[in-house]
Amino acid sequence: MTLHIGQSQRRENARRHLAGRGRFVSDLALPRMLHAVFVRSPMAKGRLVEIDTSEAEQSPGVVRILTAAELNARCKPWVGTLDHFAGMQSPPMSILAEEEVLWTGQPVAMIIAKSRAEAEDAADLVMVDIEDSEPVTDGAAALQDGAPLANSGARDNLCYEALLETPAVNEAFADAAHVVEASFTFGRHTAVTLEPRAVIADFDPSSGALTVHHGTQTPYQFQDVYARHFGLPEGKVRVIAPDVGGSFGMKLHVYNEEMGAVAASMILERPVRYVADRLESFLSDIHARDHIVKGRMALDAEGKILAMDVDDLAPVGAVSAYPRTSAAEGNQVIRLMGAPYNMPDYRGRLQVAFQNKVQTSQYRAVGHPIACAVTEALVERAAEVTGLDPFEIRARNLIADDAYPHVSATGYQFEKLSHQASLAKLREMMDPDALRADQARLREQGIYRGFGIASFVEITNPGAAFYGVGGARISAQDGAVVRMTPSGDIHCAISVTEQGQGTETIIAQVVADQLGVSPERVSVTTGDTATTPSGGATWACRGAGIGGETALRAGRKLRERILTLAGALLQADPATLRLEDGAVVDVATGEARITLEEIGRVATYRPDTLPDGVDHSLTVAHHFAPSGYPFDFTNGIQGSLVEVDVETGIVRILKHWVVEDCGRIINPLLVDEQIRGGVVQGLGPAFFEECQYDADGQLTNGSLADYLVPMACEMPDIEIAHIETPTEDTILGAKGVGEAGTAAAGAAAMNAVNDALRPFGARLTQTPMTPLRILDALDAARKQRTDP
Amino acid sequence: MKLPSFEYLRARSLAEAWALHSDAGGDAVYLSGGHSVVPSMALRLQAPSRLIDISQIAELHGVELQDQTLRIGAMTRHAEVLANPLIARHAPLLSRAAPHVAHPAIRNRGTIGGNLALADPASEFPAAVLAMRAELEVMGPEGQRMIAADDFFLDLYETALIPGEVLTAIHVPLPPEGRLFGFDEIARRRGDYAMVGVAAQADMSDGVVSDASVTLFSVGVAPTRATAAQDALEGAPLSSDSIARAQAALATDLDPPDDPGFPAERRLQLARVLLGRVLTRMEAVQ
Amino acid sequence: MKVLLSTTVNGEQVQEAVLPRTSLADFLREDLGLTGTHLGCEMGACGACLVLMDGVPVHACLVLAVQAEGSTIETIEGLNETGAAADLQAHFHDRNALQCGFCTNGMLMSAQALLEANPVPTRDEIRDALSGNYCRCTGYEAIVDAIDTTARDRAARTEAAK
Repeated sequence: MTLHIGQSQRRENARRHLAGRGRFVSDLALPRMLHAVFVRSPMAKGRLVEIDTSEAEQSPGVVRILTAAELNARCKPWVGTLDHFAGMQSPPMSILAEEEVLWTGQPVAMIIAKSRAEAEDAADLVMVDIEDSEPVTDGAAALQDGAPLANSGARDNLCYEALLETPAVNEAFADAAHVVEASFTFGRHTAVTLEPRAVIADFDPSSGALTVHHGTQTPYQFQDVYARHFGLPEGKVRVIAPDVGGSFGMKLHVYNEEMGAVAASMILERPVRYVADRLESFLSDIHARDHIVKGRMALDAEGKILAMDVDDLAPVGAVSAYPRTSAAEGNQVIRLMGAPYNMPDYRGRLQVAFQNKVQTSQYRAVGHPIACAVTEALVERAAEVTGLDPFEIRARNLIADDAYPHVSATGYQFEKLSHQASLAKLREMMDPDALRADQARLREQGIYRGFGIASFVEITNPGAAFYGVGGARISAQDGAVVRMTPSGDIHCAISVTEQGQGTETIIAQVVADQLGVSPERVSVTTGDTATTPSGGATWACRGAGIGGETALRAGRKLRERILTLAGALLQADPATLRLEDGAVVDVATGEARITLEEIGRVATYRPDTLPDGVDHSLTVAHHFAPSGYPFDFTNGIQGSLVEVDVETGIVRILKHWVVEDCGRIINPLLVDEQIRGGVVQGLGPAFFEECQYDADGQLTNGSLADYLVPMACEMPDIEIAHIETPTEDTILGAKGVGEAGTAAAGAAAMNAVNDALRPFGARLTQTPMTPLRILDALDAARKQRTDP
Repeated sequence: MKLPSFEYLRARSLAEAWALHSDAGGDAVYLSGGHSVVPSMALRLQAPSRLIDISQIAELHGVELQDQTLRIGAMTRHAEVLANPLIARHAPLLSRAAPHVAHPAIRNRGTIGGNLALADPASEFPAAVLAMRAELEVMGPEGQRMIAADDFFLDLYETALIPGEVLTAIHVPLPPEGRLFGFDEIARRRGDYAMVGVAAQADMSDGVVSDASVTLFSVGVAPTRATAAQDALEGAPLSSDSIARAQAALATDLDPPDDPGFPAERRLQLARVLLGRVLTRMEAVQ
Repeated sequence: MKVLLSTTVNGEQVQEAVLPRTSLADFLREDLGLTGTHLGCEMGACGACLVLMDGVPVHACLVLAVQAEGSTIETIEGLNETGAAADLQAHFHDRNALQCGFCTNGMLMSAQALLEANPVPTRDEIRDALSGNYCRCTGYEAIVDAIDTTARDRAARTEAAK
């Protein structure tokens, strides 16, 4: 029979969206529902003197105005630290600012009204008196002696620091034939999910039950958070995540506004809806990146990498995000440096600083784009000084495909990767010789094209090593309940969640193959803590690798159950039977003996006809947590071709290539579209996306007219190829793929732009690579040439 | 981002529009396509107590060839500006500007009159109208006025319209055969507001430029006529030399805002680059 | 004060009293329950709220409900029911030209309007037609492919019919 794992199964749930039948939290209206709007601090730093709500209270439609005294008392403050980040500090955070405001946009009061429009009317009438003080905006300045505190609850502005060092790193640099170095600035950007954050909290005092409809990727985490912070028994808290309009890591953090909606619902005993509008999204969604990195790379005379030495400064806002912290990105930056390469020695230093901006935290490909861009830009410089071409220098340094397992200088354990095969494949796809010939020909016409490549590794399938060991209540395992219905159909309820990436589809494919049915007969339920078993859900690329394995093992358990039952019915040894095409089949003859439908009928309606003692329960549960390697790494390489208008600084991205190895591919169609979407989320911040702040800590481009997201006209077609190296840690062998595209797209693009600018000696080390930054780089190079 | 409350009234004639406006004591805004008014109210940047819908007033509609001019009704939507053959023939800078104005769905609803009355300094149509030396037909309780485009755009979002007056049409003088036109802009993404933009027209007689008209947008508080650049072109063949002189002359013509994120010098540089490209590619209507 | 609005939505006559400040998008979503029209920015930048107004796509967030007086509005629900874009929807499905689904309404509206005006567009023309439609999930290529395939299929069918 045909296996469905490996097939480009279409997404059944996409049909609803195409018909306009999506069901997002922002679409939901509950009886007696009220609407929340937050009054926000207009200043980045200051002392809250007074909030006058008297006029706003008289505004039509207002039901209640909640201030810190009432609202914060309902909710235990949260602290965004993890135990395994030794020495980390972050002051506690409550729903509304109490004495001090810490960033522009921090909520200071909550308006509850009969409509969103009326709540906004009232918000305009709240008088907030803040005695402003000078904000800490610059990360480096924050760490200087005598700098004012960004957050008066902190000891100093150093949230966290870490140092990784191999014993011989200094010798490696001392002995090096070449040392290349550069400083990099990676801009702050944000997720801009098309559906903003949305929550409807519905507390029912008659039962003491709290139901939260929440556009999140991690319902179980929020069930736990709401239970603990609002003092409710976990069993009384239900979190439902229906269709979610984009997530990308942004929708798994605890936000003041969602906590406020829950508190308000408990106070008012009515459903309270909060849907961020786009302006609020920019002010309150987590931002990402914002790293200043100094990097050096030591090489021997043959161009072999000896060591890297990097220093990452990451300003993260006024508090660390909860429950995953704002230090995790920097931590991954310093650990992923040089990851694809044989690099014996390393020093990486991280400083995480507080500042008066909205917090940064995990967003798609946490840390990867930074580490990859720094490493790959240094490799590119190394190629220049050693006279090697970009493919050759990588061929010399990438870990050999037969040299696994391998432990990196930063301590990561790689089970088996395919860098060299990926490089060879990329070379075939890109045809660099032809690109070079084109480049030379076009340069004569004043057209400057360049291409760049970037190798990467991606962290997927995280176990407890990510957060659990640090004391965070973030599930390392996932769970599935698989059952056969009386009609012989299959249902799988699973803890991993769907935001459009195709989770439900691949789970159906995996389960179908275990039970010998077509995926159309498998229905999958996700996203509701009341109807699915507990688990980690969707983060850090675990849906396919961990969720898929959970579903596989649960499916096999049910298969055993069905075969045992069939054996009893058929008076046959279960070992002589298997499941195929919706029936129990004799292994020896291939003959169908009994259909699943018939087994379902007997088990459900006529269990009395079964022999005594036969277990006729056709529901099984299985939970799976990764063991073996702490993470499953994937790898790949990307290439980018660009054309730079050297008079205007405008870049056209002409083409992008990706070779990716995510282990066993469950659904090629969905994998490719994950990669494409990921690439564009890497190209966006490489060229366009940046949260711009002025010196007063005001976000100056916080609207979708001013913050530039990548759009269809500016994005290239993306060619994709695969190498398949399954992990042996699981039966399924799948690893994650959601972050691969984002991990290296920007790095390849930066190398491409710099290749295009090579005739001018100009070089970009800052993202986004805006036209003005490109012109600045050209000017600087011109100045260098005329006035060395 | 919900709009504050207001009263909505639909005017069926200009007289009714003026009456409704004066009745509101000036606290009223005319609504044509609404694609500037509605978002600015959603952002709570303005909160007039009354919106007067003028979209159904007959005088504001239609594109019509008159004696000396092409009359383009103020309610003409951007999509029609883009597609209308009379505009393509007689007011080609508008046709060439239109694809750069936002995105298809915005163009289906936004109106040229609303766009010009808003006078956004980064917008394409004001510069095109200025370059074509068009006149703006304005009607108020005191009667009709024709305002030369050069006298219409005064400052940031400020025009020569006096409260209550309605911009009813744009009159574009019919171009002579062979007039050359050029329009382009530099934008980060398709449909974005321009970093800088240029609209230009010129006639050629005996191989030399006569009556060059060069305007720029996104270079200051209002669309700007580059008179020194025009002078540099006048009476000379359209050559790399004259174009270079025009580019250099922009230093006299422009005084761009100096923003730390976009220094004046850089904007001037981009304006020169773009002017050079536009002048090099000037062409007559086919 | 509410104003009486009379309009046609998805082929049905609608008469409702609305506040002038209500956008067409909020009117469709909240008063008529047509939640397939999405709100992503409420300022005409993202394209999630596109509906067909008198046959052409407009931003329902930038049109006041009262401005729809006497108009004909078609939302994704209506377009779906007429079957006029069934092939486009099928190609989107087949090519996985959507992930979270939040932009899909607007993408279909833009695509449908494009193919009506320009039955066989180039890929660049398709990308240009989508220039006001933001998608965070797909990277756009699959959407361009789906529209491209629909155009070529329709052209082939028209050719065959001759």
